Amino acid sequence: MQGPDASLRAVGGNEVLTLEGMTLSAHAPAPDVPDATASAQWPDATGHFGVFGGRFVPEALIAALDELTAAYEAMRVDPAFLDEYATLQRDYTGRPSPITEVPKFAEHCGGARVLLKREDLNHTGSHKINNVLGQALLTKRIGKTRVIAETGAGQHGVATATAAALMGLSCTVYMGEEDTRRQALNVARMRLLGAEVIPVTTGSRTLKDAINEAFRDWVTNVETTNYVFGTVAGPHPFPMMVRDFQRVIGDEARAQLLEREQRLPDVVLACVGGGSNAIGIFTAFVPDEAVRLVGLEAGGDGVDTGRHAATITGGDPGVLHGARSYLLQDDNGQTVESHSISAGLDYPGVGPEHAFLHDIGRAEYRPVTDAEAMEAFALLCRTEGIIPAIESAHALAGAMVVGRELGPDALLLVNLSGRGDKDVETASAWFDLADQTAPTDSDERAVEAGRGAEPGPGMDTDQRTTQGAVSNDEAVAGQDAGEQA
Amino acid sequence: MSSALAEVIGAARAEGRAALIAYLPVGYPDVDSSIAAMVAAVEGGADVVEIGVPYSDPGMDGPVIQEAVDVAVRAGVGMAEVLRAVTAVADAGAVPVVMSYWNPIERYGVDRFADDLAAAGGAGAITPDLIPDEAGAWLAASDRVGLDRVFLVAPSSTDARLAATVAACRGFVYAASTMGVTGSRASVGDAAERLVARTRAAAGEPPVCVGLGVSTGDQAAEVAGFADGVIVGSAYVRRLLDGHGADGVRSLSVELAEGVRRAKVQA
Repeated sequence: MQGPDASLRAVGGNEVLTLEGMTLSAHAPAPDVPDATASAQWPDATGHFGVFGGRFVPEALIAALDELTAAYEAMRVDPAFLDEYATLQRDYTGRPSPITEVPKFAEHCGGARVLLKREDLNHTGSHKINNVLGQALLTKRIGKTRVIAETGAGQHGVATATAAALMGLSCTVYMGEEDTRRQALNVARMRLLGAEVIPVTTGSRTLKDAINEAFRDWVTNVETTNYVFGTVAGPHPFPMMVRDFQRVIGDEARAQLLEREQRLPDVVLACVGGGSNAIGIFTAFVPDEAVRLVGLEAGGDGVDTGRHAATITGGDPGVLHGARSYLLQDDNGQTVESHSISAGLDYPGVGPEHAFLHDIGRAEYRPVTDAEAMEAFALLCRTEGIIPAIESAHALAGAMVVGRELGPDALLLVNLSGRGDKDVETASAWFDLADQTAPTDSDERAVEAGRGAEPGPGMDTDQRTTQGAVSNDEAVAGQDAGEQA
Repeated sequence: MSSALAEVIGAARAEGRAALIAYLPVGYPDVDSSIAAMVAAVEGGADVVEIGVPYSDPGMDGPVIQEAVDVAVRAGVGMAEVLRAVTAVADAGAVPVVMSYWNPIERYGVDRFADDLAAAGGAGAITPDLIPDEAGAWLAASDRVGLDRVFLVAPSSTDARLAATVAACRGFVYAASTMGVTGSRASVGDAAERLVARTRAAAGEPPVCVGLGVSTGDQAAEVAGFADGVIVGSAYVRRLLDGHGADGVRSLSVELAEGVRRAKVQA
């Protein structure tokens, strides 16, 4: 595993840029080595990962998806794009993100060594920016002036609003009304960045319904609008494209571990909602058969309670949001509401590549309950001085379990996909840290205090439109798209 | 292969008019009332009833249909109730066709769905989020039991996709009049007429029915001037949401049935 062959891969870099080899480290692997091309095995030309993936969308969207696919295929090998993307990732995102060893936290992981990939240190606070910068550049390339996005925890919405501000695009973000309450800070951030945030009041009022509204907006405004999808789900080409933009996480981490440890990790762990950070860190390691890939799903109150978001652990194959994958559904094929303390994992579907990796046995998926995640969250705060996103805390909780299984010789690589600033209110409520007057996530006072869907004091409700872009006023919101009369 | 939908549309054409296709979802406000509304739509003059399968994530539907379907989903309405509606519509003398997003059919079992739908007297199914490219199992099952299958075309469809989609359809081709979701619109617009012409030109002069945005007799008359069938959904559902019940549905059918006859008579 950690033999000379692996080491050679790490130091054999040349200067050719590709999305596959773009580690931005001093020792970028050459793009022609096996690990760099392995992901090209899937999906197939029509976006299938085995039986999963594909396109289950209205015909009206097929032309836009074909246009995106063709533009992306051309862009991903265009040196001008690759250079612009690499420069943004270095100068704007702050890549490469560092590796941090956390020995005091690791004492709670059976003594195994634990290394964190610090996506929380990226600009905007999570891995989401990697994907959004790529898709925003693609939006400009296809000549569209408005982007829409869905968001759960708000991290993808913030990243999209950021990229839109940077690149002069008009931006509308759909967010479940429930999520605008529990992630009020991110609602304010998006509005500060000039984005229009539309709270979605249909269905379960969470991420899945935000995606439905975003698709309705897209089909109505597709002439001017590109849908910047936030995770490795949805119709082809999104699972492939988002993976390619996120694989920098694993490409960097693999090279960084080889450089500092002269070996690969025994296990790579990441939380899985839709699964973009997990695919991002897994992809480089997929060809390394001795490296275990472990995805941690949101177990909520426990998978056996039915109140969870562990899609692969507790779901079945089916079709949702444009692709075949695992999903939480009832006997009638209705999507079942998911439950998780983490808004970013609170999704009843999962990306089709994860379904495929699960079925071929290349990756394993385990549930982590809210309580286990919050224990890991608190531990990392107190032992290492790092406040993780609650999403990422699920991966940390997985490391505590897997580390104990493997013992002190094991080397674990955990994707710290985001930082926890946005989760402070939720954590305060969970640990009962707040004083009696502080509004919390689960507290109606949070809404009354203006921390929900409404902008806070001092914030203008007017949504500014970037000069030269299509005004959001001219676009038809998804929820209004059928009521023109 | 014979086609119940092509037959009824052909019969309307022989009368010098377009067919009227009424959409109503099963389970709003409850199962029995929704079936009564479908029967009333037939009594008022609908030739075909598009029987909607409730689905939790109806991505192609606007707020009116979402609101009604949400009630049915929460009430646990499923394929058993849908099949009951199919039989009721057939007994009322119209052609029943199921309208379903793909996951409820896949969950029920594609072959089981085809068998049970045929046994209940259904003509086939319209699948708004299933493109022929992904429809292998459904193409095989519908061939096996002789059911119609209706796929959608849109103003954004390329000529190549129009040809492929028309080739996969049996019964009729569903032309989405505009880029958007279901719901009433002030005008149907030129895009629909252009799309119908392009669809007919693409392959074999198939029957083409137009949906999305039609709500009045005048609009039905306009669409009947260039299409083989007029599909109305949200306007029917609006009658139920507003509490007008089966009577409201029946009177809308009367208005629309007059509309689909008007255009050709004037011509």
